[in-house]
Amino acid sequence: MPADSLFRQLPTDAGLLSIEFDGQTLQVPAGVSLAAALLASGVRRSRSTPVNGSPRAPYCMMGVCFECLVEVDGVPNCQACLLPVAPGLRVRSQHGARSLSPASALEEHHDDA
Amino acid sequence: MQKTEIMVIGGGLAGMAVAYGLARLGRQVSVLDEGDTALRAARSNFGLLWVQGKGYGMPAYARWTLQSVALWPQLARLLLDDTGIEVHLRQPGGFQLCLSDAEMAEESRRLCWLKDALDGDYPFELLDPAALRKRLPGVGPQVVGACYSPLDGHVNPLKLLRALHAACQTRGVTLLNGRRVSGIAQRGEGFEIASGDQRWHSERLVLAAGLGNRELGALLGQPVPVQPSRGQILVTERLEPFLHYPTSTVRQTDEGTVQLGDSAESVGFDDGTSSAVMADIAGRAVRCFPRLANVRLVRAWGALRVLSPDGAPIYQALPGAPGASLLSCHSGVTLAAAHALRLAPWIAGEQALPEISPFDLQRFTTPAEVRHAS
Amino acid sequence: MTLETFDLLIIGAGPAGLSAALEARRHGLSVALLDEQRSPGGQIYRNIDHSDPQRLAILGADYQAGLRLSQAFMACGARYIAGAAVWQVTPQKQVHYLLDGRAYVLQARRLLIATGAYERPMPIPGWTLPGVMTAGAGQILLKSAALLPAAPVILAGCGPLLYLLAVQYLRAGIALAALVDTSSHADALRAWRQLPKALRGWRDLLKGVSLLASLRRAGVKHYRGARDLAIEGEEQAQALRFSSGGVERRIPASLILLHQGVVPNTQISWSLRLQHHWSSEQLCWSVERDAWGETSLAGIFIAGDSGAIGGALVAQQQGRLAALAIVGQLQRLAAPAIEALAKPYRHALARQLAARPLLDALYRPPLESRVPADSVIVCRCEEVSAGDVRQHVDLGCLGPNQTKAFGRCGMGPCQGRLCGLSVTEVIAERRGVCPEQVGYYRIRSPLKPITLAQLASEPTASALQESL
Repeated sequence: MPADSLFRQLPTDAGLLSIEFDGQTLQVPAGVSLAAALLASGVRRSRSTPVNGSPRAPYCMMGVCFECLVEVDGVPNCQACLLPVAPGLRVRSQHGARSLSPASALEEHHDDA
Repeated sequence: MQKTEIMVIGGGLAGMAVAYGLARLGRQVSVLDEGDTALRAARSNFGLLWVQGKGYGMPAYARWTLQSVALWPQLARLLLDDTGIEVHLRQPGGFQLCLSDAEMAEESRRLCWLKDALDGDYPFELLDPAALRKRLPGVGPQVVGACYSPLDGHVNPLKLLRALHAACQTRGVTLLNGRRVSGIAQRGEGFEIASGDQRWHSERLVLAAGLGNRELGALLGQPVPVQPSRGQILVTERLEPFLHYPTSTVRQTDEGTVQLGDSAESVGFDDGTSSAVMADIAGRAVRCFPRLANVRLVRAWGALRVLSPDGAPIYQALPGAPGASLLSCHSGVTLAAAHALRLAPWIAGEQALPEISPFDLQRFTTPAEVRHAS
Repeated sequence: MTLETFDLLIIGAGPAGLSAALEARRHGLSVALLDEQRSPGGQIYRNIDHSDPQRLAILGADYQAGLRLSQAFMACGARYIAGAAVWQVTPQKQVHYLLDGRAYVLQARRLLIATGAYERPMPIPGWTLPGVMTAGAGQILLKSAALLPAAPVILAGCGPLLYLLAVQYLRAGIALAALVDTSSHADALRAWRQLPKALRGWRDLLKGVSLLASLRRAGVKHYRGARDLAIEGEEQAQALRFSSGGVERRIPASLILLHQGVVPNTQISWSLRLQHHWSSEQLCWSVERDAWGETSLAGIFIAGDSGAIGGALVAQQQGRLAALAIVGQLQRLAAPAIEALAKPYRHALARQLAARPLLDALYRPPLESRVPADSVIVCRCEEVSAGDVRQHVDLGCLGPNQTKAFGRCGMGPCQGRLCGLSVTEVIAERRGVCPEQVGYYRIRSPLKPITLAQLASEPTASALQESL
């Protein structure tokens, strides 16, 4: 874990797992929320606001504040504090307003329709 | 007792637009308004400046709408100059997306009727799916076509409401809020208006209280036939800009949120929401723009439209109460420019306005030819 | 299609909800309990089932007490729906929720709202910066992820949770850069002397006193009566500035945890338009309810902190009492039997509520961190400042709904949870009236974000009607 993390973890038996954050592989604690995993591995800023681009990071850790929004496996604006971390998650920080899903998602939806 | 030259009752888009127009003419104006939780169509509308289809069965309404959207750039400029508030007026034209051939046939029939009624001076295009997709990428396969009117547009309705309040304040309009009118009496050359134990005297009176005009009209012995029609509106999280034109049911705001709506229910004065209607609105939006499927809804509300029997506005100088005017309308955003810049001078007695005579109350009591303006 | 129906639906798996489920199951009701978290306990007993001895030791006896409750609940036969986001509750007692990306609806004969509390927002300059979190968040990270601050941390604000977390961090060997306390010693003494009656609740008070004594013994820098708190930093929090005892101070830290008490989570109760009143003691909205917890809508009950702040033990008694009333309403037991069963819960409740007025007075957050200066953001989602709100009041806004329309405060994804109280109080102060006259946001569904595809899959109006 990076030295400049705001938090460190007590020893647990849960072990570590790998996720991807903004293209980098991170070793994070297993058995915790995605927001806790990101904080534990030194991610200090998880998004910038769609209003003024101000930097934000997880704040309440209980699903109330919506500050911990990140993109998870292509789905934007996920509340990281309510999501269990899982091996292989592809997570991206968010900057400004989310985009619509890519055209491929559109095609999938056509098939469903 | 406080005195004012003109008292406007109602601080919504209709009342504030007229108050602003009157103040610009140098008149001394006060606005009486209710409190924070009043029924307010002004706070909950869709923000369209909508021309296409409006006035079907009533060409005067179509002409009045056309006049207002032509005046809108002037209103936006005046508000910007007076307040610094940019209301995000955009008039790129708008689309009505059709999900069935029947819908498409009905819409085009109405537009053709209007074009005839307006002697051809009514531009629109009917687009097949291929033409539509070129103009509006991202439209779903279930959309069978669309009507496009180059005259349609949109505005940020909440910024408009705030700008009207700020502009009225700048121009010396007195806002008397948190008050519900309990009595109106004719006194000599004017009116005495009561709210609880407070009294005001005014020379002229404008009733612009939305559905409240029913009670206010009754105080002056004038039945006002307006009914609530509930619309539910959904708003999504902010998205990067993807939709550069308003459509009649889906509109991306200047903030990036997407508004979805256009339901209509008769449920009295219940301004709540229901998941079944919200589901219909969401379903239609996803059929129109499939990429909205995984977009999150953040807010939803119900609001009550102010509908006359034919759906068109009511403008009436009350015959039994000289100096009192009645203004009841749906489409307070589209008509805001006409209300501020045309109707206000008429209310002030400065200008005749023959084009509004079809909007009087007599039309509901005299048997007339078929009327069904939408 | 008709909806699956339960005698009792409970929203929230904290002490109130768990206790209600136990009592209702004891008398044979069918019970389902929905909760947003993945394991029972609420925030107070968060992750209690998966804690380890080291964490249990750090967190202390009050936390450990949750284990029995959660284990009893798991064995009681109630349907437990974890990870559920309730996005709509109707007056007809239908509860709409999302679970693993899918939308569901359940029908209740009786409904209990037990959604607890969250921390009162503490709008001070810089409170939106990364590196600033709530003390509750710090504690949740400890309970749920065994995370502790990696460098000396500042705790700032007031209230029992702030002291409790400080002590827990000390037990874990964590260095505190400072405890910056906005309540003052003098206030505390005055409140103490003025309220001898409250000594009936001496255990709660001693708890506070012993926490403070532990901090003193550990040599924690404890600044009392702190004012003018402001967090410095551009991209990250770097330091806390404040004044205390007439001295200006600046303490560097990259992690600053704020807290000034907890307030009821009233999203569901406001959305149902239940009757609320402003509590001038607790400086927040409380829900009107009778001695059993029944609200102004018959058949809808509230227990625990989501009605008014009382703490975990109060919540347990209220959960039991609400469940008993519901057992009576559904005619499983006669009134005298219900009264007899309720008696011990009522006694316990009275005892546990005794110290509350004194706690409220001791830890009353100061005006300046509830109604901040113009430049301070109050609505974090839409970045609306206190000054913006005041300008809207000057334009004629009387309450938060017109203010919301004029300036977007409360329109973001948190739906006013983090700004609602501040906006009401800023308006009240500007108008010179009490918050009761100002009112609150009109809260509506969706109470949690729902995608358009999920919404489109909702049952039709006739299906919902048939289930009533």
